[in-house]
Amino acid sequence: MEFLLSSAIGLLTAGGVYLILRARTYPVVLGLSLLSYATNLFLFATGRLVLDQPPVISTLATGYTDPLPQALVLTAIVISFGMTAVIVVMALRSYLENGSDHVDAPAPDEALP
Amino acid sequence: MNHWLIAPIVLPAIMAPILLMAARHDIVLARIFSIASVLALLGIALALTTLVSNGLIVTYALGNWLPPFGIVLVADRLSVLMLLLTAGLALAVLLFAVDGSDHQGRHFHALFQFQLMGINGAFLTGDFFNLFVFFEVLLIASYGLMVHGGGATRTRAGVQYVAINLVGSTLFLIAVGMIYSVAGTLNMADLAIRVPHIAAGDQALLQTGALLLLLVFCIKAALVPVHFWLPGTYANAPAAVAALFAIMTKVGAYCVIRLYILAFGADAGVASWLAAPWLLPAALVTLTLGMLGVLAARRLSQLASFAVIGSMGMLLIAIALFTPAALSAALYYLLHSTLAGAVLFLIADLISRQRPGHDDRLTVAPRFAQLSLLAGAFFVAAIAATGMPPLSGFIGKLLILNAARSSVAPVLIWSLILGTSLLAIIGFGRAGSTLFWKSTGEAGEFPAADQRQTLSLVAIGLLLAGIIGLTLFAGPLTAYLDATAEQIFATHHYIAAVLGNTALQGGIR
Repeated sequence: MEFLLSSAIGLLTAGGVYLILRARTYPVVLGLSLLSYATNLFLFATGRLVLDQPPVISTLATGYTDPLPQALVLTAIVISFGMTAVIVVMALRSYLENGSDHVDAPAPDEALP
Repeated sequence: MNHWLIAPIVLPAIMAPILLMAARHDIVLARIFSIASVLALLGIALALTTLVSNGLIVTYALGNWLPPFGIVLVADRLSVLMLLLTAGLALAVLLFAVDGSDHQGRHFHALFQFQLMGINGAFLTGDFFNLFVFFEVLLIASYGLMVHGGGATRTRAGVQYVAINLVGSTLFLIAVGMIYSVAGTLNMADLAIRVPHIAAGDQALLQTGALLLLLVFCIKAALVPVHFWLPGTYANAPAAVAALFAIMTKVGAYCVIRLYILAFGADAGVASWLAAPWLLPAALVTLTLGMLGVLAARRLSQLASFAVIGSMGMLLIAIALFTPAALSAALYYLLHSTLAGAVLFLIADLISRQRPGHDDRLTVAPRFAQLSLLAGAFFVAAIAATGMPPLSGFIGKLLILNAARSSVAPVLIWSLILGTSLLAIIGFGRAGSTLFWKSTGEAGEFPAADQRQTLSLVAIGLLLAGIIGLTLFAGPLTAYLDATAEQIFATHHYIAAVLGNTALQGGIR
């Protein structure tokens, strides 16, 4: 399980970083999403990996999982979802106004670098 | 518990939806509400200043959930000083925006209030997950403000700004997770107690997390090598927004001061003064690069952006020395550089309005309306920004130089600060003589813009008056800042105020 989770985080991060370095806005947006998924998984792991245990106090519980990272991940998911929406809209707007989805789209009076 | 402590966050948080819903179509109503809110924030900040000026540290546990488990707001001299600076800057910037530029896009005032909520929250919060949340609040609002008014180059710069900050937020979360995984707490005061007792095997994780967090704060503070987003963003943002953003770089500097003295300072054992060896070289390079940029700038707003980068370098040099005297100098320079940076963006915008076709490019063009008035304002702002006598930039620089005498590399720091000052003087002098002096010799004249500009000039006057005020009251102010710096370095007071007196003796564990 440790191997599965850590390799998943690693793969998502690697894919995310690769996509962020692309020149077009769409791969960059995808890369940012992948990176935020990797971060969410990583935050889960900070409370240590525990199977089948409740996060809240209960008389039947034999052990507990750390509830705090779950709360953090929830906040992080909401924020990253909203931010993805924002950057998609901004990227669309930039594409419509500049006529190019290049991250460094040239202004009308400039040549493409 | 003093409920006024949460007012700087709650007031803009209530005002923004009101502006969105009730004053959406009525710009006059929106302006009145917005200015009233900022005036109230200024009043609250002044009241809090009198509350904490005798050295008291006030805490506010939200929902009465006690720290380290609940969320806590902490007001000490430093955070209230930053609140006061934010409110003062916001008032001037808002007056400038009310003079017409708030009408170029939608929802300027609502976004402005959300921006203030995020900034105030970042200054008040006592745990670093909420620091992340407030960072997001201020960033989301800034994305909207950054593209206010639209336009092709502005939207392109906006996309880059959002992307770099999303990467920054991701790094922030990873760093918070790393620190939590070994320290088991998100409360800054609690972290300060636990850091010295972290097992040797976990130190690598802790220090990596703390340094990643430093990287995030450096992105916000525009430190080399993560400064590259700033010139594009600030030079392309609307002037009022760029002027407000002058406080955003200081949020990064504030976090460095807060966390790396409290949790990774003198008492941190193996991890003590973790940030210093990284911060000082980066700050020195930032100062040099910023002032070289001033020399190379082709537009006035670009020049102002690079002046902001240079001043952040200077500020973080003083912070990176990590002594009370240097920190006091840094705080003085922080107040000064915020006002000086903001006023430069406003002046650049007024000049570009008067020169259609030339905008704020540093080109020789015919005379324009209000030339002598704007030239005078630019002259005062340039003296302040380059750190020439008699204005506050000079005093701040002198304080930093004095504090650097007993540092690790006094010769290097002195020569770089003095050398870059010369670069800045040449850059500003060249810009001023091109824009104002040479232009008087040209034939023809630009017609005066038909917009009223009274409030814009009042805003610029307010900021310049602030700079002059910093100069005139430098004596009492530095005494107050000395006390502030001492309070920051006396970390046990902060910890005792947040967690109670028993915490330091291990009573909670």
